[in-house]
Amino acid sequence: MKDALSGPDPREAAFQATVDSEGKIEPKDWMPEAYRKTLIRQISQHAHSEIIGMQPEGNWIGRAPTLRRKVALVAKVQDEAGHGLYLYSAAETLGASRDDMVDALIDGRAKYSTIFNYPTLTWADIGTIGWLVDGAAIINQVALCRTSYGPYARAMVRICKEESFHQRQGYEILVDLCQGTAEQKRMAQESLNRWWWPALMMFGPSDDNSPNSAQSMAWKIKRLSNDELRQRFVDQSVPQAEYLGLTIPDPDLKWNAERGHYDFGEVPWDEFMEVLKGNGPCNRQRMEARRKARDDGAWVREAALAHAAKRAARAEKSAA
Amino acid sequence: MTKQQWPLWEVFVRSKAGLSHKHAGSVHAADAKMALENARDLYTRRGEGTSLWVVPADAIVASAPEDKGALFDPADDKVYRHPTFYKIPDDVGHM
Amino acid sequence: MTTVSNDDLFAYALRLGDDSLILGQRLGEWCAKSPEMELDIALMNTALDVLGRARGFLTYAGQVEGNGRDEDALAFLRDVEAFGNVLLVEQPNGNFADTIARQFLFDAFDLPFMEALAASADETLSAIAAKAVKETAYHLRFSREWTIRLGDGTEESHARMQAAVNEMWPYVHELFEMDAVEERLCAAGVAVDRAALRDRFERTVADTLAEATLTRPETSWRPVGGRHGRHTEQFGHLLAEMQWMQRAYPGCTW
Repeated sequence: MKDALSGPDPREAAFQATVDSEGKIEPKDWMPEAYRKTLIRQISQHAHSEIIGMQPEGNWIGRAPTLRRKVALVAKVQDEAGHGLYLYSAAETLGASRDDMVDALIDGRAKYSTIFNYPTLTWADIGTIGWLVDGAAIINQVALCRTSYGPYARAMVRICKEESFHQRQGYEILVDLCQGTAEQKRMAQESLNRWWWPALMMFGPSDDNSPNSAQSMAWKIKRLSNDELRQRFVDQSVPQAEYLGLTIPDPDLKWNAERGHYDFGEVPWDEFMEVLKGNGPCNRQRMEARRKARDDGAWVREAALAHAAKRAARAEKSAA
Repeated sequence: MTKQQWPLWEVFVRSKAGLSHKHAGSVHAADAKMALENARDLYTRRGEGTSLWVVPADAIVASAPEDKGALFDPADDKVYRHPTFYKIPDDVGHM
Repeated sequence: MTTVSNDDLFAYALRLGDDSLILGQRLGEWCAKSPEMELDIALMNTALDVLGRARGFLTYAGQVEGNGRDEDALAFLRDVEAFGNVLLVEQPNGNFADTIARQFLFDAFDLPFMEALAASADETLSAIAAKAVKETAYHLRFSREWTIRLGDGTEESHARMQAAVNEMWPYVHELFEMDAVEERLCAAGVAVDRAALRDRFERTVADTLAEATLTRPETSWRPVGGRHGRHTEQFGHLLAEMQWMQRAYPGCTW
């Protein structure tokens, strides 16, 4: 084995060659420590986003206006729990423990998508979240299906397959609202007004201000830049809003024939930074709810372990 | 309060009779029954399974990546293990 | 064969739908609050199963009634006194042990009930029940195992589980109550004879409590009334939440 002090580690070159040729890195393969750390950070943030994302939507399970909508919403929120678990499971292949990751979240040491720090105030928000938030997530996630780390890529493939109903579920809610009464349509527009900019923030800071991006692109942990993904999202959303007859709250939004893309206004980055720092409308409530679930459930988790230990002891005794 | 998380179990799903079990991911559970139930809830929500295996993660013995050469490369040049190594006259037909 | 009155059949399908709907509504309240993320998924699975059968029963009730009410009209536009669910299913979630006790006692009854209903002379009820049998067999397995884990877990979990069983036990009696509607439907081979399920229920409970090192509670208090719209105070709050949208925005399509 090569002495680390005597020059660049040859294993690193082999690793980069695998990545460059679109090969996959698997859990026990050698990888640079920074790659491992970056992956744990990114995958756990992604997992936290799924788990925290259950809260704003779960907020409407009890009040869904029809039984059909209620079961669809329960199934969707349940998928989010499932996706969180797939991702924690992928991160655990890198030697991280789920408990530690969840503790880091609750202690404020880990981040999650800023979007889930906004409140769901009306039923239309459930539609808008499905349409825009899941729409944005799918754009991110489809790109990640080709990510270089095998377990992460496999989790993303599974998640993308399952999430295909989420965006449709949301858009269908908005179609019903927009074809409904004036009050329903107003509800939909008001919801779009609140969620549009936070949805654009989901792709992260602009490329000039995204410090970790270059390395992540080289490692193929990230496959497309934040701004590329954001542009793709805007281009996809504009005609969908037009179909609904809703107005996207951006006076600068217009088709640019030369670029073949929509131009759009400046994302309110100050707001993004504040929410990221923990000063969004719901950061505190989201963390408190997660902390409460963990703490209130401690006796249940302990009891299950105690029972398993008793059983094992009894089995051993009867075998002896 | 001592902190101890539920142990990790690896999950294998048979998607239909005739296929082998395939690794799907992992779950946390306090005991084997719970591991099966958690695996069922997590990995077969859309009818993906007809059978499940759960295995304590620490019971799996894995080959080391650095042994890859020694373990697997020697098989690469054993071309005589493959049917195309052997020449059969065309007149004989499919074999 | 005795003829079946539509009024009776409507009332029966409706109360079965209400049992499932209200239990599903309560289980949904656990979302993102469970003791472990895997349990969020498990509880929501059970919620989806019971909400699914609630839709079947309520849709059928609306068809039998023939006044154009669909599942949503029945779920969201009736007031407290028109709901016929048993009091057990409307009990608040409490802590995890309370929810498990409520679920276990309901499941221990529900499995033999659905098996019997699957043999109903009414084809629709029989079809809904046939599907429910498999789901409920799983629910019972889950709630029974958790009753045992918590009962025979730590000192704290044992105390909580015993308290939960004590709390929920009085509401068990209503599950076996037959009224004139059910007597008539039972004679026609449509409804289940609830009294006949008692032995099996008691055996399931006795086995489980023994394994869980818990004591079967004794009580002389046997609250009833749910079937006839006499609910607990909590129930109005449950409806206020569940029905909010349909009440606030009448006549809309969602």
